[in-house]
Amino acid sequence: MHISGKRIRKDAFARRVMLVLTCAISSLILLIALGLFLKSRFILSGVSPIELFLSDKWHPTEGHFGFMPFIIGTIWVTSVAMILAAPAALFSAIYLAEYAPGKLRDNVKPILDVLAGISPVIFGVFGVLIIVPWVKDYIKPFAQGYLGFIPFLRSDNFTGYSVIAAGIVLALMVFPVITQVSEEVIRSQPQELRDSSLALGATKWETIKYVVLRRARPGIIAAMILGLSRAFGETIAVLMVIGCVAHIPHSIFDAAYTLPALIANNYGEMMSIPLYDSALLLAALILLVVTVLFNIVAWLILLKVEREYV
Amino acid sequence: MSRISSRLIEEKVFKTIMLAVFISVTLLFVVMLLSIIMRGLPGLNLKMFSAPKGGYCTDAGGGILNAILGSLYLSLGATLLAGAVSIPTVLFLNVYLKKGSRLATLVRFSFDVLWGVPSIVYGAFGFAVMILLHARASLFAGIITIALLELPIIARVSDGILKLVPQELGEVSLSLGATRWETAWQVILKQAFPGLLTALLIGLGRGIGDAAAVLFTAGYTDSLPGSLLRPVATLPLAIFFQLGTPFPAVQQKGYTAALVLIFTIFIISIFSRSLTRSFQKHVLR
Repeated sequence: MHISGKRIRKDAFARRVMLVLTCAISSLILLIALGLFLKSRFILSGVSPIELFLSDKWHPTEGHFGFMPFIIGTIWVTSVAMILAAPAALFSAIYLAEYAPGKLRDNVKPILDVLAGISPVIFGVFGVLIIVPWVKDYIKPFAQGYLGFIPFLRSDNFTGYSVIAAGIVLALMVFPVITQVSEEVIRSQPQELRDSSLALGATKWETIKYVVLRRARPGIIAAMILGLSRAFGETIAVLMVIGCVAHIPHSIFDAAYTLPALIANNYGEMMSIPLYDSALLLAALILLVVTVLFNIVAWLILLKVEREYV
Repeated sequence: MSRISSRLIEEKVFKTIMLAVFISVTLLFVVMLLSIIMRGLPGLNLKMFSAPKGGYCTDAGGGILNAILGSLYLSLGATLLAGAVSIPTVLFLNVYLKKGSRLATLVRFSFDVLWGVPSIVYGAFGFAVMILLHARASLFAGIITIALLELPIIARVSDGILKLVPQELGEVSLSLGATRWETAWQVILKQAFPGLLTALLIGLGRGIGDAAAVLFTAGYTDSLPGSLLRPVATLPLAIFFQLGTPFPAVQQKGYTAALVLIFTIFIISIFSRSLTRSFQKHVLR
């Protein structure tokens, strides 16, 4: 008993250290939220929330802090990205999980891993190099020529740096994430269900449509939310192609500005302007709260799915 | 008869759509990689790997060694720090805590939430803390911020890997009289080592590529990194700033830097795959 005393003390010590580490990590998110809140409370008390969230005047030097253009810009860009990425990722996930030969699937999955880990800057470079010229030379002239009667396709911005360019770049960024998670959810559906549906005479597509997808729906929704939150908070890739104009966009071809881009472009400079850094940290707080909410919802859905199936 | 054929036609149509979507997205990614490689290759020469001779925004000659070294120091430091914090935590979750423990669920939940926090928020928070402490942008601040960013990534991946370690292995060790610490350190860690290495490399890849978190915290400089307390340049920011200039020669440097960054990320992920295989001598199967 005496011999093992030292070992047990060591064990107890390690347990205490690890417990402290664990608790520190768990409280990290609260710490960040609290820090951002403490900093942004100056602007929250100095400027009325109505002006903050409903005004489109952004003139920090004159004391006007209207977040509206950035909030609307972020929503536009994220929506365009999701409209493009969600169906593409879902179709690809179904294809990979249900139709693709096993060899193809085994090769694609590591590639998706790599793509999901590629630097946002690289996507931004691709945006500047290919997507922006595409939008300028092909997509916009085409849309205006044939579909110009639709209001949100009309714009007098001729640079190509636009909501749609940022949307395409973001769609490419979130595609691997959504595809990975949805593919896993679809594949984890029990084989017996597919077999019984097929045995009843359903075609493979009907089985997928009525049985597999119906059961996989919550998980797929969670995958979409995870992609959405990734798109919502993306900074550099968007910053490089969005054009950075602090106006509410009216068309997908307009230049715009997003909350993360606002922080990235302005934080650290011009700190002498009163309330400016507080306003930018409020933007960070909004980003944090929205992405955390998205992630909590996705997490709850996935947890429920896991509990139900296991 | 016609009903059956219409059902089969629907199947055909959707299968074709799916294949078409899959192929076109794949093509888009191929275009992406090819375009960056083609655009970056002409500027690729040994001079790129030398120290810059002047400001990044002028065409003063020299290379991007400051950014390459800066990224390397920054992400290696951050990965070590994040690993040192997250791997003990994950070991604690898997060896010390009971299955289904409330604390473990809470910690995993906070990892998931932290994973979703955009890197610009880490950057802004880091900078706010730095203002509070009257600190200036430095390699050290960058390492801490990137470590925060990598922490949930490394933790979640290694948690998944520790879950794969057979439960019996830990039980055998405990039943032979080993303490939980000895079990965690000498049995579970050894068994999971290749996987944990992969987790670290995934974190490293993410850390090397992130720009938003280091924008304010690590700053940017044209001199080579020398001290923990001085600002450092990083590859993503070098790309970002150089593409933002109006000079073609500087932009060319940015495109070549992008090529270098892609190449580095690919090397890391290939390396992590082969490393995983060659480090398995302690692993029981």
